[in-house]
Amino acid sequence: MATAQPDIVISVRDLVVGFGRQRVLDGLSLDVRRGEILGLVGVSGGGKTVLMRTIIGLIPKRQGRIVVMGVDRDTASAAEARALERRWGVLFQQGALFSSLTVRENIQFPMRENLQLSQRLRDELANAKLEMVGLSPSDGEKFPSELSGGMTKRAALARALALDPEILFLDEPTSGLDPISAGEFDALIKTLQQTLNFTVFMVTHDLYSLEMECDRIAALADGKIAAIGSVSQVVESQHPWVKSYFQGKRARVITRAPN
Amino acid sequence: MAADSALTCTATGDLLELTPGGAWTAAQSAALEARMSEVAPQVSGARKLTINMGRVRELDTLGAWLLERLIRGCADRKVDVELVALPDRYRGLFDQIGRVNREAVAVPAAKNKLLAALEQVGQWAVELIPEFETFLAMLAAASFALGRVLMRPRSFRIISAVNHLYRVGWQAIPIMLMITFLIGAIIAQQGIFHLRKFGADAYVVDMVGILVLRELGVLIVSIMVAGRSGSAYTAELGSMKMREEIDALRMMGFDPVEVLILPRIVALVVALPILAFIGSMSALVGGGIVAWFYGGMSPEIYIARMHEAISVTHFKVGMIKAPFMALMIGLVACSEGLRVKGSAESLGLQTTNSVVKSIFLVIVLDGIFAIFFASIGM
Repeated sequence: MATAQPDIVISVRDLVVGFGRQRVLDGLSLDVRRGEILGLVGVSGGGKTVLMRTIIGLIPKRQGRIVVMGVDRDTASAAEARALERRWGVLFQQGALFSSLTVRENIQFPMRENLQLSQRLRDELANAKLEMVGLSPSDGEKFPSELSGGMTKRAALARALALDPEILFLDEPTSGLDPISAGEFDALIKTLQQTLNFTVFMVTHDLYSLEMECDRIAALADGKIAAIGSVSQVVESQHPWVKSYFQGKRARVITRAPN
Repeated sequence: MAADSALTCTATGDLLELTPGGAWTAAQSAALEARMSEVAPQVSGARKLTINMGRVRELDTLGAWLLERLIRGCADRKVDVELVALPDRYRGLFDQIGRVNREAVAVPAAKNKLLAALEQVGQWAVELIPEFETFLAMLAAASFALGRVLMRPRSFRIISAVNHLYRVGWQAIPIMLMITFLIGAIIAQQGIFHLRKFGADAYVVDMVGILVLRELGVLIVSIMVAGRSGSAYTAELGSMKMREEIDALRMMGFDPVEVLILPRIVALVVALPILAFIGSMSALVGGGIVAWFYGGMSPEIYIARMHEAISVTHFKVGMIKAPFMALMIGLVACSEGLRVKGSAESLGLQTTNSVVKSIFLVIVLDGIFAIFFASIGM
């Protein structure tokens, strides 16, 4: 079972994913190290979200191997696969909060299903998570439709963190937020990552988040990882798409003065 | 992953030393909660407390919170607590946990159940007023839109109206035929069965004819239309509202009532009388077939008796009601559709509301018409 190296939490090898005749991911390989924040960038529609959803098992793959925390879902039993799913948290792009439950019930939902806790402890933990993501416990009474965009993201993050995951998957965490909220959200993820010691796999377009948060960046182009490494390494890449991405006008925030 | 959790407790004089060990994580939650309550009596008796974190292998929010809760409990009783040998990697987590749950969350006081129920009834009654207002507002908006369209007939969305007519009229014909046929057959069967006791089974023709033409034909068809087309109108308009399509339309200078609602209501007002007519005929046929096979009355006699039993007045009474029923269903369905708010849940709620209200109002309207026709002697 434990075939991956100990410090690699996600190992993807020769992954092929496609829809119909189209091959979205074509022989992609990627390693994510324990405790790092990895940012994945790429063309719109180029398969970033597809890669994330394939790793968490929402999209079937055609070929290749995915080992997450030492578990290969192809060979693992159903119980092992379920146990694995409890060890990661996912923040979907639109939050995906259950609209019929309050925010607190949303956070308690995974706890209720997976852990045996007293109601009191569950309430206290839910409040703790709410405060950790910068919401107030009174926000727990609200329904998802009553939240603003930034609050929705925070509430969804609190739910993703409900079971203290070892890996956190983020799909465009700052999309739809104003630059200030986005910056705060970036800082929040960074702080939580340091206190709770999880690994972050983040799909993003936000150049600023890439620079502020990520330990490493992976650039996805033509269905493969075109460049991977620290910001300065990826910026140096000679791949044409990566070059235009990081040397465009909008990328100046990141390439200018690497301090 | 079968890591074990432990909590050992050693007392030396006034000093109590707690040594948590193993995994203090969410996966061990049940065991951890039990251990914490086991040591609770000893902790509450202690004067001085030391928590030795040296043996903890894993710690997450849950474990940290359980310890933090213990520490806070002791602090409230003015008991000294010392946290020793805390690994550096967990210091940040403890700092973070130390900041949360500081403020008590106000729990709303429970109300008297009876009072709450009475209050709810009152709420419903009060909410009826804005609902009636919305209905009137929709009627007014649709009338104004109709007025504008009559002044400029070219602005009428004829293609949209025809499309809706096809959907609520033409496509509804099979199911209407089926239902009304069965209703007619059931009435005839019941009539024959019970009237036979008096030797009056021939009068079943009067019963079927009058009942179907005056009341049931239009009523059954209206209820079916409310369920079939009214709900579709509400769901369509509601999802357009949710996706801001209606706002977009308004911003482009179009009147949503004129573009979306008027063609739908017009289609319904045209379709429902046709369906009611088809349905009534189908019910008469259903009654005739049962009279033939179950009551032994040949079709010739059935038609001849029908000729004597019913007059064109009965037919008129039924058909006059149809466009009003259609108008009612259309207005309710469209106003409920526009009341949909952001969530998918509200869409479902308003669609249910639309169907329930329009069926209710259709029956009420039928009652009003019955009184009206009786008083003018029709």
